[in-house]
Amino acid sequence: MASWSDALMMAFILSDLALLSSGRLKVWVRIVAVQGLMLGALPMLAAHGQPTLRMAILMAGGVGIRGMVFPFLLSRMLRSANVRREVEPYIGYTSSLLFGIFAIAVSIWLSSRLSLANPTLPPLAGPVAIFTILVGLFLIVSRKKAISQVLGYLVMENGIYVLGIWMVMEVPMLVELGVLLDAFVAVFVMSIATYHISREFDHIDVDQLDSLKG
Amino acid sequence: MAERLAASLPGFILALALSPLLPGIINKTKALVAGRRSQPLLQSYHDIAKLLRKGAVYSRTTSWVFRAGPVVGLAAVLGALAIVPLAGVPAPLSFGGDLVLLAYCLGLMRFFTVLAALDTGSSFEGMGASREVQFSALAEPALLLALAALLRQTSGLSLIEIYSAAGTSSIISAGPEMLLVAAALGIVFLAENARIPIDDPDTHLELTMIHEVMVLDHSGPDFAMITYAAALKMWILGALIVGIILPVHSGSLFLDLGSAVIGMFGLAVVTGLIESSMARLRLLRVPHLLASAMVMAGLALILAWR
Repeated sequence: MASWSDALMMAFILSDLALLSSGRLKVWVRIVAVQGLMLGALPMLAAHGQPTLRMAILMAGGVGIRGMVFPFLLSRMLRSANVRREVEPYIGYTSSLLFGIFAIAVSIWLSSRLSLANPTLPPLAGPVAIFTILVGLFLIVSRKKAISQVLGYLVMENGIYVLGIWMVMEVPMLVELGVLLDAFVAVFVMSIATYHISREFDHIDVDQLDSLKG
Repeated sequence: MAERLAASLPGFILALALSPLLPGIINKTKALVAGRRSQPLLQSYHDIAKLLRKGAVYSRTTSWVFRAGPVVGLAAVLGALAIVPLAGVPAPLSFGGDLVLLAYCLGLMRFFTVLAALDTGSSFEGMGASREVQFSALAEPALLLALAALLRQTSGLSLIEIYSAAGTSSIISAGPEMLLVAAALGIVFLAENARIPIDDPDTHLELTMIHEVMVLDHSGPDFAMITYAAALKMWILGALIVGIILPVHSGSLFLDLGSAVIGMFGLAVVTGLIESSMARLRLLRVPHLLASAMVMAGLALILAWR
């Protein structure tokens, strides 16, 4: 069991690195969906494979929203805004990858300083959580398209979810459902906003927003 | 010492004898996938034998550096071959920290190939030399980081210690770090041997090729040495990967050698499949691929350090 969860954590790290190194938004949507599926499996691993009804509901909800509804909404957003790739990010892809390796080192150091580890989870879960949050933040500040920001927000949200499982094993069900609903509403609202921005200005580059500051 | 020499000699001789088969297997695989008849499996042997019978032509503008290039290249690669174990079969030479020597033997080979290319004064060769140096400057850290991760993972100091430990803790129990290292070494393997996502060994258009353009002016026995050294280099870098993916340490020399050779041939088939299914990357995208190899090796190192 331990090696399986280790492999899952490693897959998470690699998916984050893939997000940093790729500029194709379709690939991003797919990676974020895969991350959602992996998050669905995480509570299972935390419970040592003894499924309860509560866990099954959460898993179904998480996988359904993160793995299916979000990709659907996001790819519809890509179509309506008519963008395919991040053309000129503020920070290039190779530099972003190098930032990634630096962020992994930082998050491993940081999580070794925190003594909140949930003993049932793989030891990598803490670093993975912090690393995913850092990557999400980095994507938000370093990319130009508004859709990239939505995706960065989702990645960050994934990281926060892992951090939650890592720190407190039993999150109350109400809280978890609330978080899911929040994320869902956020993506929904942001997709509508992006659609309106793209219809109004013919592009969704957020660096142009600076000109709004008088 | 003498005992280990005796145990390692079959592996060394096998490498000398079988390495020109690897390009043949790659070509055979590519031909099979494309559905055409390939050149014979032993084409590299024929090429080398034919080139050795010919005389060499030297341009008047070249100096001794041009003639030294192939000789130093072959000598350096033979030195590297002497310290790389072939999965379960030990290497003839071994000492603490020999993995740095391995990197610099390959570096010396490349340095002299580049010098010989520059010595001709041809602008095409200068261009190839510039690309080769640029890409290998990125591939070498990846190689060293991957070896450092292995070193940390197995807490050995020489390549033999590393690879014998890599056998006992197999790929499943050593965790995904080993897979990361193998993937990083795989990209280095493709880059250093001028294979397809980085360089196209079949192209003969000077503007796009990297490695091939540097050796355009060599002829006869010099070119035979270059071809043979390239095959040996492929064998060396392949042995680094096979030692991780297929670590058979049965104790019986016959079984170890057999599985390692099968692993090498399998690697050649995989390379052929990669070449048939991918196009060459744009030159501008190559550094990104090499950087991702570097990042994978660095990740393995960090995880091993933890």
